[in-house]
Amino acid sequence: MTTEPPQTILRISKLRKFFAIRNAWNRRIGWLKAVDDISLEVYRGEILGIVGESGCGKSTLGKTLMGIHKSSGGEVVFEDQPLVNLTRQESRRLSRQLQYSYQDPGASLDPRWKIRRSLHEPLVIHSGLDYQERDERVKSILDAVGLPQGHLELYPHEISGGQQRRVGLARILTLHPSLIILDEPTSGLDVSVQATILSLFLDLKKQFDLTYMFISHDLSVIRMLCDRVAVMYLGKIVELGETETIFNHPRHPYTQSLLAAIPVIGGERITDNFWLEGEPPNPSALPSGCRFRTRCPNALAICAESDPPLRSDWPHQQVACTLAE
Amino acid sequence: MTTDLLNVSDLRVSFATDTGVARVLDKVNFSIRRGEIVGLVGESGCGKTTLARAILGVLPVNSARIDGGRIQFQSENLLEMPSERLSKEVRGRTITFIPQDPFSSFNPVFTIGSQITDLMRWKSPLRNTQGLTRGSPWWSLRRYEKQRFKADRARVLELLRAVQLPDPEAILRKYPHEISGGQRQRLMIAQALLPEPQLIIADEPTTALDVTIQAQILKLLRQLAHDRDIAVLFTTHDLGTTYEICDRITVMYAGQEMESATASDFFNRPSHPYTQKLLESLPRDKERIQGIPGDIPTLISPPTGCRFHPRCDRADKTCADTRPAAKSIWTNHTVRCYHPNTDPEVHRELINQPYPDP
Ligand SMILES: Nc1ncnc2c1ncn2[C@@H]1O[C@H](COP(=O)(O)OP(=O)(O)OP(=O)(O)O)[C@@H](O)[C@H]1O
Ligand SMILES: Nc1ncnc2c1ncn2[C@@H]1O[C@H](COP(=O)(O)OP(=O)(O)O)[C@@H](O)[C@H]1O
Ligand code: SF4
Ligand code: SF4
Ligand SMILES: [Mg+2]
Ligand SMILES: [Mg+2]
Repeated sequence: MTTEPPQTILRISKLRKFFAIRNAWNRRIGWLKAVDDISLEVYRGEILGIVGESGCGKSTLGKTLMGIHKSSGGEVVFEDQPLVNLTRQESRRLSRQLQYSYQDPGASLDPRWKIRRSLHEPLVIHSGLDYQERDERVKSILDAVGLPQGHLELYPHEISGGQQRRVGLARILTLHPSLIILDEPTSGLDVSVQATILSLFLDLKKQFDLTYMFISHDLSVIRMLCDRVAVMYLGKIVELGETETIFNHPRHPYTQSLLAAIPVIGGERITDNFWLEGEPPNPSALPSGCRFRTRCPNALAICAESDPPLRSDWPHQQVACTLAE
Repeated sequence: MTTDLLNVSDLRVSFATDTGVARVLDKVNFSIRRGEIVGLVGESGCGKTTLARAILGVLPVNSARIDGGRIQFQSENLLEMPSERLSKEVRGRTITFIPQDPFSSFNPVFTIGSQITDLMRWKSPLRNTQGLTRGSPWWSLRRYEKQRFKADRARVLELLRAVQLPDPEAILRKYPHEISGGQRQRLMIAQALLPEPQLIIADEPTTALDVTIQAQILKLLRQLAHDRDIAVLFTTHDLGTTYEICDRITVMYAGQEMESATASDFFNRPSHPYTQKLLESLPRDKERIQGIPGDIPTLISPPTGCRFHPRCDRADKTCADTRPAAKSIWTNHTVRCYHPNTDPEVHRELINQPYPDP
């Protein structure tokens, strides 16, 4: 642990992404608040985990940061530059330094292209390098992600899922980014392949001075990898702080239930002890007040009155629960 | 041996594919006792679904072939049972199935209620006792006696409550796409319990679910199966899940079973090199996490001998030549390996890695 104050690389304030809900006549009948007033800082050199169950808005957060979705409000500052009203040149430079790796690895690789072309393409768009220079960079990155040169001549369907992830990662790395948003980068992989990919992330981070925003629903992976973690529930961050603090003293009842649900070999059995009931409510018709209250075992009448903000009443930990102490 | 409810021995299954014959199950052995939950763990493609389908007799007719072995259920070899009897008395009756993809097992155009009614008409445990199967097939096709219908319906509602589905009457009026993935899985469990089977085969039933929903479903399945003394074959790729729900565990790799033990012995003394590698792959400690070098083999020209040998750091020439026989290293603990690693120090390392209590 270093003692110097952390340096912010990305600052998100009150970011929103609402999707319109339309009826059969295409009239808007409401909003789905996929990302609802999220404020967050990412520090240079850290791995920040974003964790939460399916549909809680993790990917929407990542895509809104990247400008893949147009935000419905709020502000994003990356490397001291607000990500709005940029000149073309600035926006190009920033979009090179901030990269998003898609949840579905197939989505980033064109099935008709050989791996070589897929890896050259971002450099063609973003750099003025000639073929020789590009190919040199591509080969050295391929080496870094642990793929043999021979793979340059293969098509995506000819390589395994784990290797596709490596190619996806190589594609991003060719641009020398400073922050990478990794969206569920190991979901669907077998544990043995996941292990190799996770250690690769750690190596590359060291080698290229990277910062990661690591989106995952797998708490064990988050715990092992991340310095800090943000727990999301239905579009909001409900708990945020240092990984060890949050895993050892979760204060939000939702975080507590998530941790209680992870199978821990050698630990207490969830089949004996698990206590959370019910399922998340429909995201387009959220309950009033605290959005966890329909499942929360501690809920009181006041929980229905107002939406609890993140409180910073503890060292290294912020919690959005009225009753947390 | 006679106490086994199901005993699979030397089962071999192959598939015809465009590029050749894939030898997907290679002399697989394992067994389930009455009322026991057995976990079949392995990475994707190792043959879990194929094994489940072989037991149920629903392998794809055109591409799959059973090349040998036995599937002994109670006192009969299912591989020799006439298919008509298999479908009438066993499949969906004494052995039921929860498939990997629950969505595909419902017809989207009928309500859940009408699909369950249809199921009960054929597979209800009340059916045989009331002699309603007499007469021509035409007669029984139309006939669903009022009295039995009422009794069956009462049982359906009781089971929907047992799997903790809110408002069962309303659920029966809904279409499959109108309920969540977790609810669909509860419904699948209820359906699997309805015929009062001896054995439920559950193929990765929680893989697609969120962790909190997975925890609820595991708890429910374990309770219901144990209360009713129903055996469960539970396939999964997740060792952690087997720890939660299983009484006994079998690990499979590339179509061969590698290690079998009671759950407690398995997690105290995991001794097969492949099992140990799987445990080392779990995300626990970033200084020590390690994948398995090499790739999963193709099953069209699989490695000879022990199929794990090209990736095993304990392999020698014998391993590559001949597949090891199952050997018992402790009571209720067998491995198929010439050189299992039974060092207690290694066991301690593998299981008690830093996993601080929450
Ligand atoms: N393009 C879209 N139009 C309308 N609604 C959307 C769109 N994309 C996402 N949503 C909704 O926004 C919410 C958040 O979705 P998102 O994909 O961000 O979740 P997630 O946390 O990434 O889930 P998962 O773990 O399944 O990837 C969900 O309710 C989803 O249905
Ligand atoms: N219908 C089929 N035709 C050809 N090969 C198949 C078929 N079904 C499964 N296989 C092959 O059999 C092997 C085992 O598959 P499966 O039993 O589905 O594994 P698991 O369920 O453990 O993931 C895989 O190599 C798969 O590609
Ligand atoms: S605010 Fe109330 S309902 Fe929300 S998490 Fe806290 S105790 Fe539960
Ligand atoms: S039999 Fe040989 S190759 Fe197979 S797991 Fe044992 S030591 Fe390794
Ligand atoms: Mg997502
Ligand atoms: Mg399968």
